[in-house]
Amino acid sequence: MSRIEAEVGKPQGGFMKWIDDRFPFTSTMEYHVTKYYASKNFNWWFVFGVLAMVVLVIQLVTGIFLTMNYKPAAAEAFASVEYIMRDVEWGWLIRYMHSTGASFFFIVVYLHMFRAMLYGSYKKPRELIWLIGMMIFFVLMAEGFAGYLLPWGQMSYWGAQVIISLFGAIPVVGDALVEIIRGDYSISDITLNRFFALHVIVLPLALIGLIFVHIVALHEVGSSNPDGIEIKKNKGPDGIPLDGVRFHPHHTSKDLVGIIVFLMIFSAVVFFAPDMGGMFLEHANFEPANMTATPEHIAPVWYYTPYYAILRAVPDKLWGFILFAMAVVLPVFLPWLDRCRVRSIRYRGWMYKTALSVFVVTFIMLGWLGLQAATPTYVMLARVFSVLYFAFFLLMPFYTARDKTKPVPDRVVYHD
Amino acid sequence: MTEDDLDRNRRHFLTVATVTTGVIGAGLVAIPFISSLKPSARAQALGAPVEVPLGSLKPGEMIRVLWRGRLVFVLRRTEEMLAKLPEIADELEDPNSEIVEQQPDYAVNETRSVKPEYLVVEGSCTHLGCAPLEDFEVRPAEGWAGGFFCPCHGSKFDLAGRVYKSVPAPTNLRVPPHRFVRDDLILIGQDTGAA
Repeated sequence: MSRIEAEVGKPQGGFMKWIDDRFPFTSTMEYHVTKYYASKNFNWWFVFGVLAMVVLVIQLVTGIFLTMNYKPAAAEAFASVEYIMRDVEWGWLIRYMHSTGASFFFIVVYLHMFRAMLYGSYKKPRELIWLIGMMIFFVLMAEGFAGYLLPWGQMSYWGAQVIISLFGAIPVVGDALVEIIRGDYSISDITLNRFFALHVIVLPLALIGLIFVHIVALHEVGSSNPDGIEIKKNKGPDGIPLDGVRFHPHHTSKDLVGIIVFLMIFSAVVFFAPDMGGMFLEHANFEPANMTATPEHIAPVWYYTPYYAILRAVPDKLWGFILFAMAVVLPVFLPWLDRCRVRSIRYRGWMYKTALSVFVVTFIMLGWLGLQAATPTYVMLARVFSVLYFAFFLLMPFYTARDKTKPVPDRVVYHD
Repeated sequence: MTEDDLDRNRRHFLTVATVTTGVIGAGLVAIPFISSLKPSARAQALGAPVEVPLGSLKPGEMIRVLWRGRLVFVLRRTEEMLAKLPEIADELEDPNSEIVEQQPDYAVNETRSVKPEYLVVEGSCTHLGCAPLEDFEVRPAEGWAGGFFCPCHGSKFDLAGRVYKSVPAPTNLRVPPHRFVRDDLILIGQDTGAA
């Protein structure tokens, strides 16, 4: 009898038995944590899921404490944020943790998504995990957008003005839709009030629910790995994948190192550069909203700028909106656009490697361009990179099908 | 690595060290969050001491002021009112103000005040915090010597804010920290240092 079976058969009594007879505590913990087997050759790309959970907790806790002092009313919002920064004990820390956390949420989620593209984590049988993940990403974008209006600064107001106006580009229903979003004829106290409701209740609830489903789906099929092979295909006599180790304590202790490094970087930003030179907190937002004057240069926060650059690159309101929306939504179809039999980049051919490299450069360049003023040169550049962005997705069925792949090993490989 | 190769002492030490560090870290992180729940700088500024001029207060009259959002009674007692205080001592729960936290040291005396004439007490019943009503009319037929009556649950206090026996309120009305800046000016909320 193996060690594992011995533990399963361990007689259990007392308090835990009392609980387990009424609630599946031990079996749930075993299924999801102590006996969840994940590949033993995870590299650091696989830490970002856990880090996203860490940021989520930071955002929830700091968010709750901020609501205790924040006032969701146009007349008071800006002053209440200043009040938090100056008069509430440690309020500056809690707010900077929250604003920095927003940017780090996107950093971590973008890297988490890139991991999936590196190792084909979205491919069968993990398509649903990817779909739920994309929904999480959409909710996160809405969450960040609603949250950015709350300080009621110049950028809050005008950023919301621009993004909400986008929906006005939709034919027929556009104008009515915009009015419903705003609840008024312009962005006003009413809009702020409902964005507050969305930001602190509706969207976080949706986020938590989707993350729960994301993890349940993941644990049903099992985590992918850097080799993109199914570890469940090679099981020992005890029925445990030979290349798998328990999530706890093995992966948790490794993740702890990642969490500590993450928190060090996070703290450095919170304490030394909370506005990140205008990237995380835009300078124009240190002035209260002024309905009569748009700031000279208006750009969304960095995590929306790749899509914003695409929007600006199109010289037509409706098509700008369509391409912007397509750019956001297209990754949803990755599991079906990717026709390659091989998951991991390790065994893919030069075509996908080149395409993915170009895509990374494209995404970063679009992000950078979205932050710049729209000069003719930059708009031209943005058009070139927009074409590359769409080409990566739309040509994917062709180049991934033709790509020459290397043989995939049967068992996971270590690269020292 | 098999079970036998394990250095269990080393593993135990590492586990304990990691958990300890984590718990201390979490405890330290909790400090700013819990501190943020304390009265903010604004609340403290609004909770500053308040000045109460006494110039227009006639004997037998009472004014209500707010200090930190709390109701404070300032009563200028007449000679007759003061004369009655020792007479009813038997009917009171704590006639000599022996419960320390109900008043500063300088109000532990027969009149529970700095100057016998002026009574300064919080208008908050020590039962459940209702504001007692003043009823200074003496009605010997009812056995009422004048004082404060709480409409919520029927607690009674005398003209020094001392609680009667057999009422729900357990202690005398609280005397807030206060001092006389001048003969006709009281500062409520502060009893030492400059105004």
